[in-house]
Amino acid sequence: MNHERLTRFGLPAVGLVLLILAWHFYVVIFDVPPVVLPRPSLVLVATLDNWRIVVAEGWITLLESLYGFVLAFVLGVPLAVAIAGSRTLNLMFYPLLIATQSLPKVALAPLILVWLGTGIESKLAIAWLVAFFPIVVDTATGLRNTPAEFLDLATSVRANAFQTFWKIRLPAAMPFVVSGSKVAITLAVIGAVIGEFIGSNEGLGNLLLVANSQVNIPLAFACLIGLAVIGIGLYAAVAAVELALEPWFGDTAHG
Amino acid sequence: MTPAEPSSDSAASSREVRPFGVLDGVGKVFSASKRGAADVVALERVSYSFKQGELVSLLGPSGCGKTTLLRIIAGMTQASHGRVEIRGREVTGPQDDFGFVFQTPNLLPWRTVLANVLFPMEIAGRNDAAARKRALELLELVGLAAFADSRPHQLSGGMKQRVALCRALVPSPSLLLMDEPFGALDELTRMEMQDLLLDIRRASGTTVVFVTHSISEAIYLADEVLVFSRRPGRVIDQIRVDLAYPRGPELRYSPAFTALEHRAGAGLGVFHDRQNA
Repeated sequence: MNHERLTRFGLPAVGLVLLILAWHFYVVIFDVPPVVLPRPSLVLVATLDNWRIVVAEGWITLLESLYGFVLAFVLGVPLAVAIAGSRTLNLMFYPLLIATQSLPKVALAPLILVWLGTGIESKLAIAWLVAFFPIVVDTATGLRNTPAEFLDLATSVRANAFQTFWKIRLPAAMPFVVSGSKVAITLAVIGAVIGEFIGSNEGLGNLLLVANSQVNIPLAFACLIGLAVIGIGLYAAVAAVELALEPWFGDTAHG
Repeated sequence: MTPAEPSSDSAASSREVRPFGVLDGVGKVFSASKRGAADVVALERVSYSFKQGELVSLLGPSGCGKTTLLRIIAGMTQASHGRVEIRGREVTGPQDDFGFVFQTPNLLPWRTVLANVLFPMEIAGRNDAAARKRALELLELVGLAAFADSRPHQLSGGMKQRVALCRALVPSPSLLLMDEPFGALDELTRMEMQDLLLDIRRASGTTVVFVTHSISEAIYLADEVLVFSRRPGRVIDQIRVDLAYPRGPELRYSPAFTALEHRAGAGLGVFHDRQNA
């Protein structure tokens, strides 16, 4: 058990250290100037020097991503329920949803900026837009793929449609909702940053652009580290929910 | 809720009693999905009746329509011909006083064992203290009282199927329908479950229709065995099992038991090749 934990947490750490070492020696051996690629130590110093601004701007990006995701969840799950519950709505909207999946939502970002301005609303809207589809599609897929034997059980105990939905279909779809959320939450961060790239004067995306334009590459890397922390943190939060829902996953193969 | 008739009921008096269940020319045809393709006869017309408290085994090879017949009796599949009557009422859909045990335990993984057992009561809006008490008694009976708050994935296959049995029994069904419930279990667990089923049935007097493809299981459990041919399913033999209850493991090795196994096996074509050779 202890040995297993050591390998599970130790090996990724070793991988990270190797990557940083490779980075360091690449810069040293090929004498790469800091404006192109700073040494890891320089990035660390820049991050420590700028931690206040990275945290302050990161907080804004975090909120944009999180609000976008929450909005996507709150609107997406009921829509998926409506689509899965009604044959008419399903035929009307499900193919459309699948089709829009392939549209790069980011292409809409400039339009959204025109509609909503450069404030937090436009970032939130873009984050929402990219997070919305995986949640709707995965939830709808989960609701449409209830194991047949669970539905057989519902028939045998004479459950009505409402009971079948609340007591069987929806709980059985939970793993799909969570896996959609895992995709959605990372996409929400990307959406927020793209919104900041296109038009904003705050957030890590904006700071990154500023650092780039000043050729302050260590600061740009500090921003990247901030974004990585946000992305990983949010993903970990969803993964924690997944872990809490383990009963759903503990027995996926036939009851 | 269902007073059991003594199974030693004499033939004379039972003739006066209305049968508990009547199958009147029940058949099933699956219509062809493609134009020009032939319809598939899953089950040729079966007529049969059974008494209250009886255990009837439907025995046959895979795909012989025995499960289809069970589902028709349960009201979960529509018959193409004929009708099913239970206690004088035609079955047109699942009934409140039927219990169904599936091939797989079919437990809802997000519910505890107790909540799984109580599921039918919850659906029927009768999830009260009495239901809970009965559910716990049933779990006690099958030796799983300590697991009431466990999750299904923490249980072994045999334990899960016991929970499924409790779930079917919790509304005190007058008719218990079982679809190869022990087929996925290992031999020893399977024998334990068969004895458990006989105990439960003796205590509750429930009428049971039991689908299986195991010859010895069919005979060990049943008062009567219906033997089915391969598709299209047809009843080719009807074997009365006049072996006394309570039945125990030693019965499996008795000459009378072996003779019945021989007869059922012959009907299923076990000896076909050897005779032709």
